Amino acid sequence: MDDLYRDEILEHYREPHNFGTLDAPDAVYEGHNPLCGDRITMMLSVDAAGNVSDVAFSGRGCAISQASASLLTDEVKGRPVSEVEAMRNQDILDLLGIVISPARLKCALLSLDTLQHALEARHDVQASSDEERVGR
Amino acid sequence: MILEMNAPAPLDPELIRRDFPLFEREFHGRRLAYLDSAATTLKPRVVAEAVDGYNRRYSANVHRGIYALGEEATAAYEGARDKVARFINAPDRREIVFVRNATEAINLVAYAWGRRNIGRADAIVLTELEHHSNLVPWQLLAQEKDADLEFVPFDAEGRLIMDSWEVLLRTKPKLAAFTHKSNALGTVTAVREMVAQAHEAGALVLVDGAQAVPHLPVDVQAIGADFYVFSGHKVLGPTGSGALWARAELLEEMPPFLSGGEMINSVHLRHTTFNEIPHKFEAGTPDVAAAIGLGAAIDYLAAIGMERVAAHEEALTAYALEMLPREVPGIRIHGPTRAAERAGIVTFTLPEAHAHDVATLLDREAVAIRAGHHCTQPLHERLGETATGRASFSVYSGTDDIDRLAAGLRGVQRIFGRVPASASPSHGSPS
Repeated sequence: MDDLYRDEILEHYREPHNFGTLDAPDAVYEGHNPLCGDRITMMLSVDAAGNVSDVAFSGRGCAISQASASLLTDEVKGRPVSEVEAMRNQDILDLLGIVISPARLKCALLSLDTLQHALEARHDVQASSDEERVGR
Repeated sequence: MILEMNAPAPLDPELIRRDFPLFEREFHGRRLAYLDSAATTLKPRVVAEAVDGYNRRYSANVHRGIYALGEEATAAYEGARDKVARFINAPDRREIVFVRNATEAINLVAYAWGRRNIGRADAIVLTELEHHSNLVPWQLLAQEKDADLEFVPFDAEGRLIMDSWEVLLRTKPKLAAFTHKSNALGTVTAVREMVAQAHEAGALVLVDGAQAVPHLPVDVQAIGADFYVFSGHKVLGPTGSGALWARAELLEEMPPFLSGGEMINSVHLRHTTFNEIPHKFEAGTPDVAAAIGLGAAIDYLAAIGMERVAAHEEALTAYALEMLPREVPGIRIHGPTRAAERAGIVTFTLPEAHAHDVATLLDREAVAIRAGHHCTQPLHERLGETATGRASFSVYSGTDDIDRLAAGLRGVQRIFGRVPASASPSHGSPS
């Protein structure tokens, strides 16, 4: 329990990896946690082979959700989209390596949920104006 | 020592805690420092016993049984209505409608009064302090009727901007609905003055008393509103209890909200005449045990005296407002800076840590606070925060609870200050 806020988690919170935006993403999605109002936006690019070539996230959140997004974006970079789509909640908890209480589970899972929504919405985004989505 | 005649005798929270069985439990080996009474209060033993007594000894339906048990249950249920009426000084016991909570009471008014009286382009004035429960029902009504919603903004200290309020009243709204006391910032609104001004402008007034009734003496006649609502579970009562007070002539002319059993006078296959108020608005078997429990909670609070409760919570608020900035460097307190302008609620953020992380770490010290948007997302947007921490008080709260909060917050700062200091992604630089 006491390693919930172990140094690695706090370091990811303070200096998250892949924090920011992409110039021309293939998929964008803004997810939010209705319990606390936290929002994060995931952007990702997919190469011709169907692999995640780049990924970035932005937005505010608690240490758990920010660390989870930081670790997840590291994890999915370079991997086939099909593998990312198949990721399960337990995979995120394994990445975080900490015991999460039921009340905080949504914080931990927000990043994966948002990323998978981004992939689902990918075709819609490609069809509509990229700039409009990215620019908000 | 000469006691001032008007100064209420102070409460002794140590003594009061003995009436609350929950304090017999230990969390992480300690008594719980429960600082989330604005979400729901703990229940005194007398309330648990009243609910239990109904369920064990006379759990008959009300207004039906032609036998002693049924009459006993009816007497207890209607007795609870009398207690609620006296507690908020309603002129007529028929003006008290039992509901599940303040949310249901507001929905009742929005549905039964609103659908008949709000039309296209009519204005409803709300404030930016409102809980979602005094916002969403009006949004749905406004969408259905193509009516307009207007909002009174608040200033940097969370006080309503009265100039804006007066300007909005010139639009001749049909209804003004606002909180008596903000659940997010603790701001106490100038309710009497606002009711008088709204009436002068021709509007009816609904006051959300969910946070006020637990903490202040409330007199609906002195306030002069048309509708006043509160939840029982925030007044030391059971969940599932609450009340709508409305002027009798309004209730008389309003159509029913829910329909079915109990609310009828006579039913034919194709038409029905409705029961008298308040029963017209209490369709189906009510939560009898909860209403009786609410009556017991009111007896308990009335025995203490609401003036003493208010003074106790104002003193705790003043203590927290003075002590937290001193003991917790960098803490940001939101809302009114003077304890007299806020009641029983202290809302804060730490620059180092998100409110959820703060609450998780405090929980390990057996300190329970609320973290999040407290069902006031628009208010938090105005504050520029997605989430805040909130400590809220009741009769069993003491300065020792606030001391434990401060110690817990210093612990959070130690943990979050442990990593090499660099700007956090979303909260600016750590102090």
